[in-house]
Amino acid sequence: MNLRTTRARPARALTPAVLALALLLTACGADDATDDDATEPGTSEDVADDAPDDDATEDADEATEDEAAAGDFPVTIESEGGTWTLEEAPERIVSLSPTATEVLFAIGAGDQVEAVDQFSYYPEEAPVTDLSGFDPNIEAVTAYDPDLVVLSNDANELVAGLTSLEIPVLVSAAPADIESGFDTMAELGLATGRVDETATLVSELREEIDAALAEAPDTAVRIYHELDSTYFAASSYGFVGDVYEQMGAINIADEGDPDQSGFPQLTEEFIVEADPELIVITDEVDYTADDVADRSGWQDITAVEQDNIVTVDSDIASRWGPRLPQFITTVAEALSAIAADAP
Amino acid sequence: MAQALDPAIGGSSLSGDESNGEDRASERAFRLPLLGLVGVIAAVIVAALISATQGAAGLPVGGVLTTLLDAVPGINLEPGLDARQQAILTQIRLPRLVLGLLVGGALGSAGAAYQGIFRNPLADPYLLGVSAGAGLGAVLAIGFGLDLSWGPFGAVPAAAFVGALLAVSGSALISRGPGSSPATLLLAGVAMAALFSAAQTYALQRLSETRAREVLSWLFGQLQTNGWDQVLLLIPYVVICGAILVAYGRHLDVLRVGDAEARALGIDPTRSRIVVVVAASLLTAAAVSVSGLIAFVGLVIPHVIRLLISHSYRVIVPLSALGGAAFLAFVDVGSRTLLAPAELPVGVITAFVGAPFFAFVLWRGRQAPS
Repeated sequence: MNLRTTRARPARALTPAVLALALLLTACGADDATDDDATEPGTSEDVADDAPDDDATEDADEATEDEAAAGDFPVTIESEGGTWTLEEAPERIVSLSPTATEVLFAIGAGDQVEAVDQFSYYPEEAPVTDLSGFDPNIEAVTAYDPDLVVLSNDANELVAGLTSLEIPVLVSAAPADIESGFDTMAELGLATGRVDETATLVSELREEIDAALAEAPDTAVRIYHELDSTYFAASSYGFVGDVYEQMGAINIADEGDPDQSGFPQLTEEFIVEADPELIVITDEVDYTADDVADRSGWQDITAVEQDNIVTVDSDIASRWGPRLPQFITTVAEALSAIAADAP
Repeated sequence: MAQALDPAIGGSSLSGDESNGEDRASERAFRLPLLGLVGVIAAVIVAALISATQGAAGLPVGGVLTTLLDAVPGINLEPGLDARQQAILTQIRLPRLVLGLLVGGALGSAGAAYQGIFRNPLADPYLLGVSAGAGLGAVLAIGFGLDLSWGPFGAVPAAAFVGALLAVSGSALISRGPGSSPATLLLAGVAMAALFSAAQTYALQRLSETRAREVLSWLFGQLQTNGWDQVLLLIPYVVICGAILVAYGRHLDVLRVGDAEARALGIDPTRSRIVVVVAASLLTAAAVSVSGLIAFVGLVIPHVIRLLISHSYRVIVPLSALGGAAFLAFVDVGSRTLLAPAELPVGVITAFVGAPFFAFVLWRGRQAPS
């Protein structure tokens, strides 16, 4: 019901639209988590319930696909990129954010994407160009004649430049925790006219994430997530760290991150002293779990002694995208193995 | 104090006029300043002790000392550390301490040699573009897997060395052009540094986020080391090149007087310059390849030695090596503990200490009677 309400009433103003979507998404999660929640708004159950209703939602999607592209607009989007009213669904999106690219394709807006930045290589069908998201060039961006530009951060005054050219911008900032990642998805769904698909994706992801989180054992495992060979680490203040926090793990990097930057650089002797039980590295570095175990002075760390060094896909672990459940499952399995070994 | 101030720091040096009575005097009556030598060696020992006992892991000081004494042959003590603490001390903290000593010594003596050979008080590995050149080489090696290794030399030191030599020969060639003055050398160094930094930045842009972050923290200067391997790699460079520079201290003293006088004393100025520049550049490149860009050690330390102890390069070069070692080992304590358990890049602290001192030397130079 909620879906239909959202669609039936064109979202002319930002706030009601986003609120409606956010409410919808939050309600889905709450519903998954606690089935017997009496205060649950009745309208959300249609969306958030199990298989039959998912099918129903999909049917609704198919039935209203054309309507969705044409009917939801104009919408108003608001971000660090300013407030924009989109009169019709954007068809020439330029995405300079790999995370946003993954989301756009996952919510079925892939056909509306004209160009993506050099690191947006997932999914494969994404139209990768040599555009840079870290150091964007406004002329190179405008050469694609975009009707919406999605960024993860405003580098090189790109927002001001695009604004003066009257090209709509959506700054889709890197989320700091799992929950705000859903908000980012909601924004993209709204901007592309893919509200239904986004709602479906979000409720599926919530289920998968909750299931994966539930797999994690209820023991406080000391964890160290290493980003590179100079001991930059993920603390609980970034979204990867939020995953660990939700699993009840103790992140050794938190002590080194008083500024809550999310990515402190640790001193090696502290890492050894903190004695992590699980070490997570990404596949983007040029060393392996064996190399970590061979580091001198590291042989007495519990994680090394018990061979608990996990390598994760760096893109999945650094981007809040639709593949997040895979990452959570990997970590949850490692934690379960540790808990099982524990005396 | 104005008397003690070497004219090389003063305004006169910028006009290239280096020959004066004081230099001739130091050439004739050379003696090793024992007090200064003892002082600098004491500084090294104190810095090493502080560095060994302080750190983010908070090892008990008594335990560290007994473990260290236990390692001395003939002394048997009960080490007051458990296995992991011993590993932290012997395989993380001590290699890093020794690396700091070696890198500081390399940068200090190379800086002194550059100042002598270019007869310029502002010459140091950083300002001459040597560090930037070595940096570019190392960035290419780290970031793109550029493999220039030959024989026992790893890819990163080799690439850093090639970059360093390119930069220093570029600076030297430009400064030998028509209409050049000693200031030209520094400006040429600035130009080379800018060129190599630009290439570095371009290379950085092509890298993925993780690689770029690794390269950046290397550029900030860092003494992290994986055990003793890098330390052992650095030792031959430091020992051989350091010995060459110390041995050429007399050449540096004579060359300050003038090329004609040097020839009269049986020294081939061109050959001496080449030997010293190659040795100093190799030393810089080796240090930069393991520790990244650590600014101001090569500039500040020789000036301190010159201000406090002696004007003769036979003293300045070896004492700058020891002083640089003590300084960097001491500064690294701050790097490891100021933000503990987070890391503060050591290059940030050296520049923080070095830049005001550099400003003081410039200011003092202008005040000095010329």
